[in-house]
Amino acid sequence: MIIHSIFFYIFSIIAVFSAIMVTVSRNTVHSVFFLILDFITISCLFIMIGAEFIGMIMLIVYVGAVAVLFLFVVMMLNVSQQKNTWLSGEKNSNHIPIGLLISTIIFFELIIVAGGWKYKPELLKSFSSIGVDIDSTNTHEIGKVLYTDYIHLFQLSGMILLVAMIGAIVLTFRKREGIRRQSYFKQISRERKDGVELVDVEKNKGVNIDV
Amino acid sequence: MFENLTILFNEVYKVLFLLIPLLTAVAMIVWLDRRVWAFVQKRRGPNVVGPFGLFQSLADALKYIFKEIIIPASANKIIFILAPIVTMTLALISWAVIPFSEEYVLANINVGILYLFAVSSLGVYGIIMGGWASNSKYPFLGAIRSAAQMVSYEVSIGVIIINVLLCVGSLNLTDIVMAQENLWFILPLLPMFVIFFISALAETNRPPFDLPEAEAELVAGYQTEYSGMMYAMFWLGEYANILLMCAMGSILFLGGWLPPIDIYPFTLIPPPLWLIFKILLLFILFSLVKAVVPRYRYDQLMKLGWKIFLPLSLLWVVITASYLYYFNLLPVN
Repeated sequence: MIIHSIFFYIFSIIAVFSAIMVTVSRNTVHSVFFLILDFITISCLFIMIGAEFIGMIMLIVYVGAVAVLFLFVVMMLNVSQQKNTWLSGEKNSNHIPIGLLISTIIFFELIIVAGGWKYKPELLKSFSSIGVDIDSTNTHEIGKVLYTDYIHLFQLSGMILLVAMIGAIVLTFRKREGIRRQSYFKQISRERKDGVELVDVEKNKGVNIDV
Repeated sequence: MFENLTILFNEVYKVLFLLIPLLTAVAMIVWLDRRVWAFVQKRRGPNVVGPFGLFQSLADALKYIFKEIIIPASANKIIFILAPIVTMTLALISWAVIPFSEEYVLANINVGILYLFAVSSLGVYGIIMGGWASNSKYPFLGAIRSAAQMVSYEVSIGVIIINVLLCVGSLNLTDIVMAQENLWFILPLLPMFVIFFISALAETNRPPFDLPEAEAELVAGYQTEYSGMMYAMFWLGEYANILLMCAMGSILFLGGWLPPIDIYPFTLIPPPLWLIFKILLLFILFSLVKAVVPRYRYDQLMKLGWKIFLPLSLLWVVITASYLYYFNLLPVN
């Protein structure tokens, strides 16, 4: 048990430290790398409480896909001119009150949820009628709940994601004129007579090729 | 306390028992790759150092170790040094879950295949970090190309894995192998195996999809500014990743450590050797592809990933699921 708590504290310290570094660090790319470190440590914490499925999905989705896109966008910015003025900012500081407000709200929400868990465990149990089987893996358990009791919500969230995806494509799609596209069919079905033409050139006249 | 230490040493011993053969294998596989490549092109390949040139990789390693490591003045030093370390580490840690037989597996975790998938999707970071930290044009372009390529092909690999999982009903790698006791998945899922093989080529930046390091366009892509041991680490990480993809292919489709038929002469060979044999077979296929196929154009590569492989593998998920459902073959436990 001692080793378990030692690892817990190591991971939590790294998680908190990197979360702070995300906002404090001067270079935006460094911020993204600290964000990635944060994701990784939090998925380690998930694995430590036995939720290995969520931990792995967190790694695949957040670190493997979302953070790569973050990094893409940030790398496109001009690196030498990036200065994070979070602490020393004079003019662009009107985002701090809003950020503080939102984070306070989230903080109290978390306190309410965690407090309910600690002090009213019987209340939480009455919300859900799911009996968790300790013996089977949590992948099986998630599957059993997700595809039976919550199938409609699950499909609804899938639809929302689909709509968001289509929306993003529609918003960024623009039809451009004058683009040469490769068409395999055209290339393969091209015959000799389409490309080559034999012309008898008359003396001292030449031939007009711009047809 | 003393018991904990014993457990710790035991684990370290097991890790070393996996790691040292793996690193040796990576060095040998580089030699094999060059030999196969030379064989196809009617050259001799490395044949001077040691018998059949077997120690060529050793000589190369010595050369890399004694070369000076040059860090460009305008590079971001910390990330520049971290990049090859990340690549190498990620290539090695994924081997922890590979089962060599029912007993020989370092970590038999419930979500083994997800772990493999997650670690291989992290592999892109080494390349992006290297490309960005070099602060130079060619590495940056190479890194962007490589990131886009790896993210796109991961999607189809994920969908292919879903195909296999539908037939198995478990994320555990040992269960996946044991499910193939009667029938290797390469037979019912042959189209998926072909797509997996091609996606694995793209995922590991192998020819014909080695656009991130296309020497005609990008010098050496993300490795341009690297020298000495740091370059060698990128290289070793790449080959360890290729071996890992081969191992993944043999576990998902070729029945892992299982012999083709479970009868007398085949059962004489110990299970780990079967897995190694299958990995080698796939690796030789990888090298042959490198030798005979010309490089893809970048837009064709993207088109192949998103417009052909993704719909095809999704369609195959539907087919597999409907087939299993209709004939009541879905694995239930």
